[in-house]
Amino acid sequence: MPAYYLEALTVALGILLLMLEAFGPAHDKRLVGFTAAFGLAIIFIFNFFAVGPDQAAEGKAWATWPLWDFYQFDATARFYKGFALLCTALVVLMSLDYRSILAKYTDHPGTESATGEYYALPVFACAGMMWMASATDLLGAFVALELVTITFYVLVAFLRRNLGSLEAGVKYLILGALSTGFLVYGIAWIYGATGTMNLAGIGEKAATMGDTTYLLFGTALILVAMAFKIGAVPMQVWIPDVYQGAPTPTTAFLSVGSKAAGFVLLLRFLDPLLQDASPVREQVLMMLGLIAAATLLVGNLAAVGQTNFKRLLAYSSIAHAGFLVLAIAAWAPASSTDPGSIATVGFYLATYLVMTLAAFFILAQVRIQSESEEIDAFNGLGKRSPLLALALTVLMAAMAGVPLTAGFIGKFFVFSLAVHAGLWWGVGIAFIGAAAGFYYYFKLIRAMWWMDSAANARPVNLPTITRAAVATLVLLTLVLGIYPKPILWMLS
Amino acid sequence: MLLALVLIPILAALAILGGAKPRQAALAAALVNAALGVAAALQPKAGFWNFSLNVLEKPEITLSLGLLDGMSVVMLLLSVIVTLAAILSGKAPEGREKLYYSSSLLISAGAIGAFVATDLFFFYAFHELALIPTFLMIGMLGRGTDRRATAWKITIYLGFGSLVLLAGLVWLASATGSYSIPEMIENAKASPIDPAAQKSIAAFLIVGFGILVSLFPFHSWAAPAYASAPAPTAMLHAGVLKKFGLYGLLRLALPIVPDGMQAWLTPLCVLLLGNILWVGLVTIWQKRLDTLLGNSSVMHMGYIFLAIAALAASPSNSLAQPAAVLLMFAHGISIAMAFGLADRIERSTGTLDLDQLGGLAKAAPKLAFLFGLVTMASIGLPGLANFAGEVMVFISSFAPGSYDAAKGLGPVQITCILAIWGVVISAVYGLRAFRKIFQGPSNARTEAVADLTLCDRAPAILLAIILLAVGIFPKLLLSLL
Repeated sequence: MPAYYLEALTVALGILLLMLEAFGPAHDKRLVGFTAAFGLAIIFIFNFFAVGPDQAAEGKAWATWPLWDFYQFDATARFYKGFALLCTALVVLMSLDYRSILAKYTDHPGTESATGEYYALPVFACAGMMWMASATDLLGAFVALELVTITFYVLVAFLRRNLGSLEAGVKYLILGALSTGFLVYGIAWIYGATGTMNLAGIGEKAATMGDTTYLLFGTALILVAMAFKIGAVPMQVWIPDVYQGAPTPTTAFLSVGSKAAGFVLLLRFLDPLLQDASPVREQVLMMLGLIAAATLLVGNLAAVGQTNFKRLLAYSSIAHAGFLVLAIAAWAPASSTDPGSIATVGFYLATYLVMTLAAFFILAQVRIQSESEEIDAFNGLGKRSPLLALALTVLMAAMAGVPLTAGFIGKFFVFSLAVHAGLWWGVGIAFIGAAAGFYYYFKLIRAMWWMDSAANARPVNLPTITRAAVATLVLLTLVLGIYPKPILWMLS
Repeated sequence: MLLALVLIPILAALAILGGAKPRQAALAAALVNAALGVAAALQPKAGFWNFSLNVLEKPEITLSLGLLDGMSVVMLLLSVIVTLAAILSGKAPEGREKLYYSSSLLISAGAIGAFVATDLFFFYAFHELALIPTFLMIGMLGRGTDRRATAWKITIYLGFGSLVLLAGLVWLASATGSYSIPEMIENAKASPIDPAAQKSIAAFLIVGFGILVSLFPFHSWAAPAYASAPAPTAMLHAGVLKKFGLYGLLRLALPIVPDGMQAWLTPLCVLLLGNILWVGLVTIWQKRLDTLLGNSSVMHMGYIFLAIAALAASPSNSLAQPAAVLLMFAHGISIAMAFGLADRIERSTGTLDLDQLGGLAKAAPKLAFLFGLVTMASIGLPGLANFAGEVMVFISSFAPGSYDAAKGLGPVQITCILAIWGVVISAVYGLRAFRKIFQGPSNARTEAVADLTLCDRAPAILLAIILLAVGIFPKLLLSLL
């Protein structure tokens, strides 16, 4: 199956969902949600059988289409498409258990009417993310990125009758528009400097370029714009407020799907510029190093004082972005002893998906059942709901990077990349970040096991979907922490 | 088979969480593990103990378990014996049995895993696996009003120590180009690491492992943590898990970065004297039995560091390593026994305040006898295991290769001469504690105390027999090395 069918199918699924929303049952939107999750799962399976032009059978007309000048399909593309599909499916499932809040804060309180789009929009965003994974051209990448961003403008502000959500929507819109400006301006500079928008072409032109000032300026602008998507300094200011205000499944989607799509695009864009022959290699690495250092410090140190769990996860998301950028700043191709920067980023993101989505699944239910997202709401959870507390303990330990969990191995790769690249200051800052992370993630563990519950606190009961998802993801966190090979196979 | 030793406690812990009878399941797991551990000690070379599963190709990391040498065997024995004693002697608070026993089993699994792992990655990872239930236990089931603050302190302190250690270990692995411990040692022998790098790596390892072993001045977490910890946690941590740091220094730092260790010899000697003399004097002033035992455990780490210093001064010293291992074993058994009995005293009298106790020997002569025995052991009375260990450590400081009469006293010898005074300090606080608790007039708290039943005595007697046996025939253990 030609690879571009995947995006086409995803968009078709989105349109089908909109039809279902319009013509299906008016007050019960579960059908839309389940169709979305099921459809995404099918496309996820197709993803393993998709092929690019180089693997096409003899004489297939599609293999020679000019489409392939804008679109590529390699192991990285397959991995990130699968990543986007899996993430979206999980977010849709999370939304299904979040129905009561959706119904409460939309136009017809108490009924689910007009909440169906909440399941359809992520599917369109997913199509954009999948395209970003295949982009070979700045213009195509820009269109794909806007498809994602614009969808998120709606998703963030989806709770129309909730002030927090609206505020988050406005903040996201303004900063998103700003970053789009940076991106377009950067693309223009790069086009001006090199005369092409093809990523490989930019690398070739750069290698023979005399004065690289314009190219570097354009690159810097694009890095700033990408920092918005991945949640890195200097465009990280929106994250805490938007994460806190947006509906929890959207926050999860922003924090995992959107970030991963940003990273794959960043890798695609930087790969040609970071080759050994590139004259701008050193400067770009320095910019990345600065971003990584600042992001690690801001994310980790600001997280230390947080008392709201959702906000804590927002800062932790910035902190993780810092680790990921550090992996790129310590650029290394795959070698016989080392997985290389691209695989490290992929691996880190995969473990990040597993841990973060599970945490958001739990947070969404705690929010619904105890009406609070404060860390205090988790006080005494170990006595009230021991198994849930155990699961959350594993997740927090994994995020802090405790060994034998998936989170450790990702950090371990990043650290060893930085050590090999000789980025000692980066190692030092990442070390401070990891130490701070240990502190703030364990605050939650402390609350669950050591603190006494509030007098009116009840046990938290997980609905079926959430329970199954959390159990699977926590198990994966442990299994991948001991046996990480499956993800590395998928990456190569 | 070593995999079974790690998995049995983990599976038992899961079974307990899933609804199995806590005490019975924990006891069964501990008994099976003790049997397997003894079998491993009898036949350490047999290939069927080893286990290997490659988990990562680039860099190559393998979940490999094996008994590298006698030191691993002895540490494994120590782990299974103390685990059995800890499970036997603990008494879970009403309604918290699941957590109590499953956490104890997880600590045990992590400790066993760390001692038998032959891959650097899992060596480190298993230790962390054991630390987390330790923190949870102290915070949740600990004693005293400030247990939460104490537990938070040990979490942050040891978490930080682990990170420092991790930095050192990753550096060590990248300098030797392998994660397999035997391969690392071979590579370092074939092409020694650059001395400047050795010095930095050794600093990371001394500080990282040092925090975990409560090397002076990184020891302030230890006494309050042991005072707050529930009995099995204190027994397992002070007895077994803390030895991980010493084991790591002996296993990794000394063979792989010998020049680096030598470069830090004098500071190390000063710090270990801090453990023996400074913390020793602090111990004398303790007013509660639990903080006294906690501090004494910190103090005794100094003697083992002395053996490490002797090895750092001259790697050819053939006496120091057996001395260190013997003393680690002896101290592990004796401190576990002491914490177990202290818990008994608290359960029957309701206090560990030395001033409120007294005359307990009248009501509980058997308890008094056993506690007296372990006090004597920790002072270093001949015939008990600790004496054999301490004497060997002192002798090893003057062993040929280490001491050259023509050159006069080196830092290790001077340290040793000063450290011997620690024995006097131990005698002062040990005998004083025994007198305050068991002798003198009895009071309302101690009059009507019931003595230990046979069932209560079993764990202490088990440990006492081992202390005596190893004390009289140190060869029992030394032949394993």
